[in-house]
Amino acid sequence: MAAMVQRLRASVISTPTASLINLVGLAIVAVALVATAQRVYQGGATYFFQTLGFGLAQGAIFALVALGYTMVYGIIELINFAHGDVFTLGAFISLALMPVFGLNEGRISGAALILPLLGLFVVTMLICALVNVGIERVAYRPLRHAPRLAPLITAIGMSALLEGVMNVWRGPFNLHYPDFLPSTQIPIGGGVTIAAKAVMVIVVAVVLMVSLTLFVNRSKLGKAMRATAQDRDAAQLMGIDINRTISATFFIGAALAGAAGIIYGLYYNSVQAFDGFQYGLYAFTAAVFGGIGNIPGAALGGILIGVIYSISDGYFTVSWTQVLVFAILIFVLVFRPTGLLGMRVPEK
Amino acid sequence: MTTVRNFVRSNVRNPNAVAYFLMAVSALFFPAVVQFATGGSGDYLVGLAADGGIYMLMAIGLNVVVGFAGLLDLGYAAFFAIGSYTYALVASNHLGVTPIGHSLHVPFWIALFIGMFVAATAGALLGAPTLRLRGDYLAIVTLGFGEIVPRVFRNAGIWTGGVPGISALDVPTLPGWVQGPWVGQDFGWVPDFRFTSANLTAYYMLMIILIAFVVILVHNLYNSRLGRAWMAVREDETAAAASGVNTVSVKLLAFSIGAATSGFAGAFYGAKLSYVSSENFGFIVSVTVLAMVVLGGMGNIPGAMLGAIVLYFILFWLLPNAPGQMQGLASSLGLDWLNQSNPNGWPGIGEVVSRSKYVIFGLILVGIMLLRPQGLLPSQIRKQELTHEEPEALAAPRQLQA
Repeated sequence: MAAMVQRLRASVISTPTASLINLVGLAIVAVALVATAQRVYQGGATYFFQTLGFGLAQGAIFALVALGYTMVYGIIELINFAHGDVFTLGAFISLALMPVFGLNEGRISGAALILPLLGLFVVTMLICALVNVGIERVAYRPLRHAPRLAPLITAIGMSALLEGVMNVWRGPFNLHYPDFLPSTQIPIGGGVTIAAKAVMVIVVAVVLMVSLTLFVNRSKLGKAMRATAQDRDAAQLMGIDINRTISATFFIGAALAGAAGIIYGLYYNSVQAFDGFQYGLYAFTAAVFGGIGNIPGAALGGILIGVIYSISDGYFTVSWTQVLVFAILIFVLVFRPTGLLGMRVPEK
Repeated sequence: MTTVRNFVRSNVRNPNAVAYFLMAVSALFFPAVVQFATGGSGDYLVGLAADGGIYMLMAIGLNVVVGFAGLLDLGYAAFFAIGSYTYALVASNHLGVTPIGHSLHVPFWIALFIGMFVAATAGALLGAPTLRLRGDYLAIVTLGFGEIVPRVFRNAGIWTGGVPGISALDVPTLPGWVQGPWVGQDFGWVPDFRFTSANLTAYYMLMIILIAFVVILVHNLYNSRLGRAWMAVREDETAAAASGVNTVSVKLLAFSIGAATSGFAGAFYGAKLSYVSSENFGFIVSVTVLAMVVLGGMGNIPGAMLGAIVLYFILFWLLPNAPGQMQGLASSLGLDWLNQSNPNGWPGIGEVVSRSKYVIFGLILVGIMLLRPQGLLPSQIRKQELTHEEPEALAAPRQLQA
């Protein structure tokens, strides 16, 4: 506890300018919180829980995508711009695969959905994962020892390439994504309800995130990942196959993004080829917010960004929401580059 | 005469000098050649080239940031937008409908520099707190900034005209202008000349002059103490700081100079289009300019210019024309079914080609970085570091000359 206080103090009051900057940041956050609390109080409980449910569901999807960003950044310090498009690719691929699993809108519902949807999830996640591993192999691995700008530029190129491929494939239209989830409301007491759809999204996302955490913390490959992220050379000396570990990271990140793509489609019932870029940026903001490289941080950041997004949409004006999210991104980087849960690490 | 001969001899093997020379010659003769080749109806192409010049200006500016100082700026279009909107506010009736109530009509020649200074100030304000961050964090901050700025302009309601933007901006004026056969008229002196969309050659010539001005400026900066400091920071920031380079102010200067160039281009853009709208400054503009710099050769001014020419030609002339060409080709080969859209999702060959813009973009960026990371016309210094060639091989011709 004492050490934590000391760390906090060191990070808040290090130099006069830094403390001034932090004070300004805290003041802005406080004003924003007060303004929000006032509006929420005026809006009433029903509306608040509706907004919150929507925000949590959205945040769960952000979190799933953010995990991929944070894992890749943690291990090779690369912002994988293509990740957001792998997420959209998940939605596109699952849309194309639906007839294969007999998922026809209106003809199938209830418990009969579970097995085909499970199959759809597995196959889509696998395809997305293989695509992402391929991207790493082609565009990032040859540049691992090049100047840092080089892989960033290929990442942007890969993002454009994926968007272009999806655009050629299905066109720049909003595609209808079948609506399989029930539209019922679950009462949570006091006349307040929450959408069943949102609950399902959150449950699936939490299951995926918990299994990822268990995998990274308990399995041998997870241990190898943590070791590689900490010190690549030392990990190699300990006999860890670096290339395999990095591939595995891309594989898992993309599998989560693919799952997030399906969840996104099922939740919003609409996808578009260029969705991934914006969505990826939000997810990346979430990863930075939580502390880039930190897995629980990405989950927390995702949920927070989702809730902030929906509160801004619900209580303030919709057109300023995107500005707000990107302003948060800049704010976090300026005032607290390590994010909420990240630790200060020396530059490599 | 001998000095001329010596000058030519010493520069003929220098790819940069040759590139400058070729670009200058083709720039000067381009309008005349186009008018001649199209029989006097080449105004559209000349105007397109003038628009290409805007991208070229931006590429030169971004080259300072990315190529010289090694800072990845992914929100470069934001400064372009700031320049354009600044011009729109100080050179139109728009301020009259805002709460200020007085419209400003600053002459183009001054407004151009106002746009530049406002953009540079925005760059400094954004850079000051963020340039001490690590390289890729800067990329993210600028990316966020690039997303914010057009949305702020879109949402700022009465101040920026909202979604429709601001129209009817002032056009540049001059006390006089020379006309001649290159615009299909006799030689003559035009007093009180106004740049209009009917005389795109004037815009084109103005663009050439502005580019020459910026190139000379940036070239001198590159060869100055500041230019060497930029390269030192790019190569190794810690070592540069240890050698006495004030890395933060050096990076800030690169960032602001890049922003200034973008704002300069933005002001010209506003004047030429006589209209600004937040739709024209998206991420795609930033990526296009970045792709130009990377394609041409990061850290080399003529390289960035060449990249701008090549990519502009591909994106704004080849690709828009490609769907029609492909349709013509398909029907002349007897493959008319390719042109028809069918219910299986095939939208027709023309549509497929026009949709593949992003694929080409992505392939250029990835392909260049993997196959020729130094770009089409590389910087000699940059080339060594990217390809790990033996430095002696490149240094040798220089020694022979001396």
